[in-house]
Amino acid sequence: VQPGKPSATSPRHWKSSDTSPTSPTRLVGVVGLEIHAQIQSNTKLFSGSKVGFSAPPNSLVSFFDASLPGTLPVLNRRCVEAAVMTALALNCTINKKSFFDRKHYFYADLPAGYQITQQRRAVAVDGQLAYSLLGGRKRNQIQSRTVRIKQIQLEQDSGKSLHDDQRSQTLIDLNRAGVGLMELVMEPDMSCGEQAAAAVRELQLVLQALGTCQGNMSEGQLRVDANVSVHRPGEELGVRTEVKNINSARFLSRAIDYEIQRQIEALGRGEAVLNETRTYDSKSGHTIPMRDKEGLQDYRFMPEPNLPPLVVYEDRGSVPAGLLGAEGVVVLEGLREGLPELPSVKRARLVRSYGLLPEHSFTLVNEDGLMEYFEAVVKETRKEPRKLIGWVTNELLGHLKHHNLSVSKCPVSPSALAELLELQEAGHISSTVAKQVLGEMWRDPGRRAPEVVREQDLGLVCDSSDLQRVCQRVLDSHPDLVRALQEGNKKVLNRLMGLVQKETKGRADPVLVRSLLEEKTS
Amino acid sequence: MPGNRWALRYCGNMLSLTIKEVSLALREGKISPLELCRKCLKRIKKTQHLNAYITVTEELALKQAEEAESRLLQGVYQGILDGIPFAVKDNFCTENIRTTCASRMLKDFLPPYNATVVQKLLDQGAVLVGKTNMDEFAMGSGSTDGVFGPVRNPWSYAAPYREQSGGAEDDSEWVITGGSSGGSGAAVTSLTSFLALGSDTGGSTRNPGALCGAVALKPTYGLLSRHGLIPLVNSMDVPGIVTRSTSDAAIVLEVLQGRDLKDSTTVQSPTSHAGFSEDFDVRNLCVGIPKEYHAPGLSQETLAQWSRLADLLEGAGARVREVSLPHTQHSIVCYHVLCCAEVASNMARFDGLEYGHRSTEDSSTDAMYAASRHEGFNAVVRGRILSGNFFLLQQNYERYFLKAQQVRRLIAEDFEHAFSAGVDVLLTPTTLSDAASYSHFIQADNRTRSTQEDVFTQPANLAGLPAVSVPTALSSRGLPIGLQLIGPAFQDGMLLSVAHWIEQRVGFPSISNYEVPNK
Repeated sequence: VQPGKPSATSPRHWKSSDTSPTSPTRLVGVVGLEIHAQIQSNTKLFSGSKVGFSAPPNSLVSFFDASLPGTLPVLNRRCVEAAVMTALALNCTINKKSFFDRKHYFYADLPAGYQITQQRRAVAVDGQLAYSLLGGRKRNQIQSRTVRIKQIQLEQDSGKSLHDDQRSQTLIDLNRAGVGLMELVMEPDMSCGEQAAAAVRELQLVLQALGTCQGNMSEGQLRVDANVSVHRPGEELGVRTEVKNINSARFLSRAIDYEIQRQIEALGRGEAVLNETRTYDSKSGHTIPMRDKEGLQDYRFMPEPNLPPLVVYEDRGSVPAGLLGAEGVVVLEGLREGLPELPSVKRARLVRSYGLLPEHSFTLVNEDGLMEYFEAVVKETRKEPRKLIGWVTNELLGHLKHHNLSVSKCPVSPSALAELLELQEAGHISSTVAKQVLGEMWRDPGRRAPEVVREQDLGLVCDSSDLQRVCQRVLDSHPDLVRALQEGNKKVLNRLMGLVQKETKGRADPVLVRSLLEEKTS
Repeated sequence: MPGNRWALRYCGNMLSLTIKEVSLALREGKISPLELCRKCLKRIKKTQHLNAYITVTEELALKQAEEAESRLLQGVYQGILDGIPFAVKDNFCTENIRTTCASRMLKDFLPPYNATVVQKLLDQGAVLVGKTNMDEFAMGSGSTDGVFGPVRNPWSYAAPYREQSGGAEDDSEWVITGGSSGGSGAAVTSLTSFLALGSDTGGSTRNPGALCGAVALKPTYGLLSRHGLIPLVNSMDVPGIVTRSTSDAAIVLEVLQGRDLKDSTTVQSPTSHAGFSEDFDVRNLCVGIPKEYHAPGLSQETLAQWSRLADLLEGAGARVREVSLPHTQHSIVCYHVLCCAEVASNMARFDGLEYGHRSTEDSSTDAMYAASRHEGFNAVVRGRILSGNFFLLQQNYERYFLKAQQVRRLIAEDFEHAFSAGVDVLLTPTTLSDAASYSHFIQADNRTRSTQEDVFTQPANLAGLPAVSVPTALSSRGLPIGLQLIGPAFQDGMLLSVAHWIEQRVGFPSISNYEVPNK
């Protein structure tokens, strides 16, 4: 037993001091992630064959990928640069010299019998990822968190096996074999599924901004395994399980929460948590132990003798003269300067330049393409961005979510929305009508707002004689409200205004209506 | 010199010429490439009993020779090797020509590409006559452990050996070529090809070079591309060059060396170093004699040759001095640990899925792997895989692999110290003695023999240094004895220059001086 660690009797100790208000007796989840991100690159990590997601089986396989004897790995500089850029974006320390190793195991889709990875020293270590969640009762409070990145290592992807149980055959597709992966190891700094999903979402955004990984979980470009354990805060970590086979952020969150709950319940029943690999079954929402016939694997790691150490130079000046301009030389300077705007910077810029609330910036950046949509609308209207934001993050996004569409598939273009908002801004239609028109435009893409307003006669009623009549009718049919108003209940005025709007289908100019109502009841 | 005891009978054979000579004769039109090729092929048939070749590429060779012929007729030379027949050890990939590594595992393997060194020779217009025999996956030192049977040393059938071994009728006492590149050694000395590629991991080119009486160069690690060489130990493997003269080795080295983008461990040959020279002055040379190379089992005759050469150099004005390479004694053990570990790793790809032997066992994928590998590899290969995996187990890694790597560093430093203290080359024996008879050799197992045979050669591989074996004399048994020169990294040219100096003075006889080696 290590000093300082709780002894076997400590659970009882905690229970006995249960009365103390600060005593943390509740079991809480501890979550770490191992993420494999496929590097966005034209060619594979160590060979010249192309990378493609849905090519015919075994059509993207070089001699090296098929592990033909005598072939040798040649490091793809693009893949190294992608890993270095990712590492820089995640505030990692770049190892100026890192190594490749062989990790051995027999599997049909691993043709060489080993994977080339970085075991002894990874290309980057000690980074961090800041991410946020929307919390609070109304889910409008930004909670900022940080997860530490232990390391980023380069390694080869494996091929794919297809098991045909009926014919008891296994078919192998090596298209994916040798594609470059970045393995990111996140420290167990998270405590629930929602946090893990938020961290992964932020990572996705970073990778997509950098162009180093497309980040699509369902296509396997981003594969997330979760290490889950439970403990009482302050005590040592519990036995962990590894949950695999999670192919969306939503499932990640559910799988983790299920697993935490399962472990808490198991311990509650006096059972032990086993150190095992579990798979997530999205249908039942449960995690299930994976059948693991081989038991504990000894990967027999060995340095990869066919690749020299991977050297990353600080600047061009530090590259040895003979290597300047040579294939495969990676220089930090330049890569650092070439980093694009990262999501956190984007959010800060949105808040700063448009006066938005942080939660709005959060929604804009986290939804693919929504920020670009918003900025396009801003450009085309005189409406203030702060007043416009609700149209994008509530109305438009609401429609998109309702129809399960991405921003890129939105039937209402930014300029069409801008045109609509312009009508409202100019006082030609009310906001109620504007929402109605947006609904029309959604149903019938291609129709422009002025057209809808004209055809359906939705323009604001500004004619005071018309409004006079409507107002009078409302007042006449609600004598109780009129009385209340006259007795000093000013709130009733809003009720009356609403009734007028109802009569006019929201087309009445609110300013005019208010003054008419006030005039008639005074 | 023992050769003088027999009547010299020069064959007048164009096949016994050096590359330099035959290249000139071809260009001057004195010999036609097609005629030369046919003669080689004929001689391959005639010396079939040597079992030097696994595959003879007759059809292709004739086609290439024809092309060379039409080029030469037009006066267009593709290179110095245009029209010159060569042989390649059967662990270098050759496009659409089966490449077996003398193993059942690759018995029918047709590589879809050429090894870089093979391609470079073909680009010169050289004519490939065949793929040479070897120990299975180059694991051995006798060329006795391949699936196609052992290789016989051409000198077994030459007069000097036959006369003293008691009668030309007795075939049972034939001697081995050494290995694992025994086929390449036999091909060059039996005059069926003018040069051959071997591979050298722990001495596999130099050992048969010494035992067959050929010049055998193990270049500096990284100077020649390994792309297409089916690996034994990646961190030590180098393509080796077997020729009949040091000048020829220099010619071939010049053709083959240089950076290859397909092999990340290759470098451009440093231009600062002196190239090969046929007029090397040994007066400024400092020759080191490593005292640790006075190993147990060193034959009196080899020791005598070693002393003779040292005296010869000293007599010519070179400084000859004793040096110490203190970690030499640990070298062979260190070599075996590293070798087995890399073998275990490199052999993992042979699972019968993508290529190679696949067992009919199909109860499960794992059972198929196990059966394919058991059937495909011989006991030597399987034994090394097993040991290697043992050394790489997590619990053993530090004790074996890491330790061996540390010792490897010490061995490399021994050499560095010697060279930085002013020594230019080291002179050592290549093997303990001349070639053993096959019947004697197989009395000990492969591991024992490799330990004995690689004792002088593998340190250069551990250190990545260039080394060359030069034939110096025939032993009292009528068999070649070779000595080894080891130089600093990338001093391959200088090394060959010193070897040339020696070659010019020892007057080692060509096998063509004696009776045609016929069974």
